[in-house]
Amino acid sequence: MFIRTCGDHGLLVEVDGLDDVLALQAALYADLPPGVTEIVPAARTVLVRIQPETTDITALAAAIRGLRPSRRRHGDAGEVRIPVQYDGADLVDVARHTGMTEHEIVEAHTRASWTVAFCGFAPGFGYLVGDDPRLHVPRRSESRTRVPAGAVALAGEFTGVYPRQSPGGWQLIGSTDVAVWDLERDPPGLLRPGVRVRFVAV
Amino acid sequence: MPALEVRATGMLATVQDTGRTGFAALGVGASGAADQRSHALANRLVANPADAATVEVTFGGLRVRARGTVTVAVTGAPCPLTVAGRSAAMDAPLVVPDGAELSLGAPARGLRSYVAVRGGVAVEPVLGSRSTDILAGLGPPVLAPGAVLPVGPPPAAFPNVDVAAVPALTADLLVLSAVPGPRDDWFRREALDTLFAAEYEVTSRSDRIGMRLAGPELRRARSGELPSEGMVPGSVQVPPDGEPVLFLADHPVTGGYPVIAVVAAADLPLAAQAPPGMRLRFVRARARR
Repeated sequence: MFIRTCGDHGLLVEVDGLDDVLALQAALYADLPPGVTEIVPAARTVLVRIQPETTDITALAAAIRGLRPSRRRHGDAGEVRIPVQYDGADLVDVARHTGMTEHEIVEAHTRASWTVAFCGFAPGFGYLVGDDPRLHVPRRSESRTRVPAGAVALAGEFTGVYPRQSPGGWQLIGSTDVAVWDLERDPPGLLRPGVRVRFVAV
Repeated sequence: MPALEVRATGMLATVQDTGRTGFAALGVGASGAADQRSHALANRLVANPADAATVEVTFGGLRVRARGTVTVAVTGAPCPLTVAGRSAAMDAPLVVPDGAELSLGAPARGLRSYVAVRGGVAVEPVLGSRSTDILAGLGPPVLAPGAVLPVGPPPAAFPNVDVAAVPALTADLLVLSAVPGPRDDWFRREALDTLFAAEYEVTSRSDRIGMRLAGPELRRARSGELPSEGMVPGSVQVPPDGEPVLFLADHPVTGGYPVIAVVAAADLPLAAQAPPGMRLRFVRARARR
């Protein structure tokens, strides 16, 4: 664990990987140090934000070092199934990058166990990690200015579902009708950190 | 219920409060008034609670008509004010009679003015906040002529100050305290020296998300991609072109370019008041660790 400073706004805690991110996040929630306003998990880091006027950042760093995150401790955040039409515009490019056929890509994507590692980019945009490294592909060399809501895509070690129409540089492999972000729902995000995801071809 | 009828908005006017907390893990940023200090003062002047929503006005130009008599206060970037055509004072409670118009001219200094109304702007909150997040497209819509802003019930307390004395905003060179890191080790050794010695200029490519700064390039020592990580307001992020971006209220929750330094929380309200063309300099502050 390596602790970096973000001015007087918080601490950026660097860990080895996603499992440690989830474990540290769970340990923080279980034993929340005083003055913490927000916890932002990401790929290799957990940002701990504080109330700058009232929180002692030295005490916070000590409290974080005193945590004993356990990779087993984080509870079950549940599983969701997402039906997907695998008709994405970048399937051909993904096939070229991976050396797999389009059929094999669909099979790999639906067979893999995915877990939401963290959210970012837009409200409800979850970064999902899987267990099939064959699906790792680079981002598109040029971003699209409009990716439709519900687009299912790959980039790096992640897969994701675009919550609303937005620009985007991920490789599109399909689309779903499931609303991953719905303000009428509580919580509004379907893909929250720790949630396990299965994609089902329709 | 009294209300404010929007007749003109200037460049950009939005409803803002103290922001959304607790949803960052879902990818939702804090948003809220870019200059929280002026927002808080406007609320105090009309005896509102600190979390009441105000109207954030970018470079003046707002005109609103009162439906029912209301008490308002305008703070932040000082602009010529009129109520029913007569000039009125900044940083003071003002009565706007039923049917009369409050009008904000262009500010001589600064960028963002805040209009608080006694009772608060009572639009429907989204995820616990009435702030418009420009980046995420969350919260009430950006104000447009014809919009009607309901005013909430008046608080129990009464305004008890006639006028607040506020320090003048700087006109020429803005100085901001910043702490190195969290990713200063991604840059060449001389980059931090450059950041703390050079002058930068706020460009017109600036908004509530962040201010793009023109000035000497901050060269990286490492190439490659930084895995996305959480960002705080005040982060000075350096994209591949080397020209820094200073993040403000609607900054993205996570970002993939290294942050060389972070502006101190106490200086963020000043940064939010820097208009395009303003020159600024960073001074090195130490983190309290």
